[in-house]
Amino acid sequence: MNMICIMCPMGCPLTVEENNGVITVQGHTCPRGKKYGEQEFTAPVRVLTTLVKRADGGMASAKTSGPIPKDKVREAAECVGKIVVSADVKIGDIIEENFYADGVNLVITGVAQ
Amino acid sequence: MTKRYDVVVIGGGPAGMAAALSAFEKGAKVLIVERDVRLGGILNQCIHNGFGLHYIGEELTGPEYADRFVKLVESKHIDVMLESMVLRLTADRKVEILCPQGYVTVEAGAVVLAMGCRERTAGAIAVPGTRPAGVYTAGMAQKLCNMKGYLVGKKVVILGSGDIGLIMARRMTLEGAEVELVLELMPYSSGLKRNIVQCLNDYDIPIKYAHTITRLVGSPRLTGLYYAPVDENRNPILEQEQYVECDTLLLSVGLIPENDLLNGLDVEMSPITSGAVVDQNRMTSLEGVFSCGNVLHVHDLVDNVSREAEIAGASAADYAMGALKSGDTISVKAVDGVRYALPQRIAKGNEGKVDVYFRVGDVYKGKRIVVEVDGKEVYSRKTLILAPGEMEKITLTRADITGDVTVRLV
Repeated sequence: MNMICIMCPMGCPLTVEENNGVITVQGHTCPRGKKYGEQEFTAPVRVLTTLVKRADGGMASAKTSGPIPKDKVREAAECVGKIVVSADVKIGDIIEENFYADGVNLVITGVAQ
Repeated sequence: MTKRYDVVVIGGGPAGMAAALSAFEKGAKVLIVERDVRLGGILNQCIHNGFGLHYIGEELTGPEYADRFVKLVESKHIDVMLESMVLRLTADRKVEILCPQGYVTVEAGAVVLAMGCRERTAGAIAVPGTRPAGVYTAGMAQKLCNMKGYLVGKKVVILGSGDIGLIMARRMTLEGAEVELVLELMPYSSGLKRNIVQCLNDYDIPIKYAHTITRLVGSPRLTGLYYAPVDENRNPILEQEQYVECDTLLLSVGLIPENDLLNGLDVEMSPITSGAVVDQNRMTSLEGVFSCGNVLHVHDLVDNVSREAEIAGASAADYAMGALKSGDTISVKAVDGVRYALPQRIAKGNEGKVDVYFRVGDVYKGKRIVVEVDGKEVYSRKTLILAPGEMEKITLTRADITGDVTVRLV
């Protein structure tokens, strides 16, 4: 599996492989790159930031309070798109608990004016 | 009666709020003038995360980062004028403001410029072809999407790989649009690596380096565009022109500090940053006028904006209360691959340390950053990579700065 390390502007091209349960990273320049390669290979995760509608027609922004599996991001975004929150929603309000990952909540981050 | 403040801060974004707070902490009577209906500036529409890792130690979204500062400002005796636009600033620091109450003039002991920057538009880069609807700056598309809930198009091409363009590629994809292509004139991206990977690669959006648009097609709405690779002089190779169907073009082609207020004032400007030339206190060549944030030079991290604004705000308070005297300065020069260094002047004869920020003009691998004072090396650091999109910082000891400073790559 080929990927670009994002830990610094170097952007080392990494090749990550698994042989008999052992993961090897090649192409990295530093230990952070090795760790990034292993994480991206075994369980890539992302924080989703997106929008929810307010009942008054305005918009509010939301995020997952922690990373969720990368392959669930699109599905999660579609799910968030259907949510309508109350008009008096505030930063920090929890909209959904255990949202696509255990212990990760969907949280309001901003209210558009 | 004309109101008087120690410090008037023009702009209520991240720079303005941090400057106001640090001026207030110094005991100054402070006013923030903001033209929008709320404080926070551009952060309010930047709903993605990645803000505050350095300054706050948490990874926040834009509105959350802004909110931390808004709450602090609201908890102090800092006056805020919203929906208020500064139309004129005079050399003796009278600030003329158009506000809901009418036209008012405020006298300032010191002024902090924190007006931020604007996006370069289609007109500024002269794209050939028709002039159809569907051409937006990335930030305008971001505002319409994140603040108003409008998706500006369904089939999108992005010109320029600035961070806002990359962020919008992901944003519009998640909202159901198809992002066909990102075109970048330079052989490298001006955006952060993390955004290339997480906004483009994650969604299989191709980016073509050393490519540009040759023609827009469509009327009244954009229906497609031609693009081509560029040669080493960045001229398009028209024989290799290709066509892509699209209804929307987003431009992410650079930001320009919004310094129109300084027109007609005797303020020394830098042709490279398009901001004022400042000393280590962020004071411009006009006594008592300070500058910070994106109006001084375009930043890639808001954390650096907040830090810089703290310096400007505290210094403005000191100046207004007579505790800051200007004296002889020495100049800081950027050469050999360093595009600019800031501050451009440092006052002589002080103790402590001073941070110098700089940007390089190209991608450099394995270079050494060297600082010389009157030809003598006072600082040296090896680097793996330096890129134009990432601002660098070096910390100098004031005692070393006995003459003109030169920052270079070796």
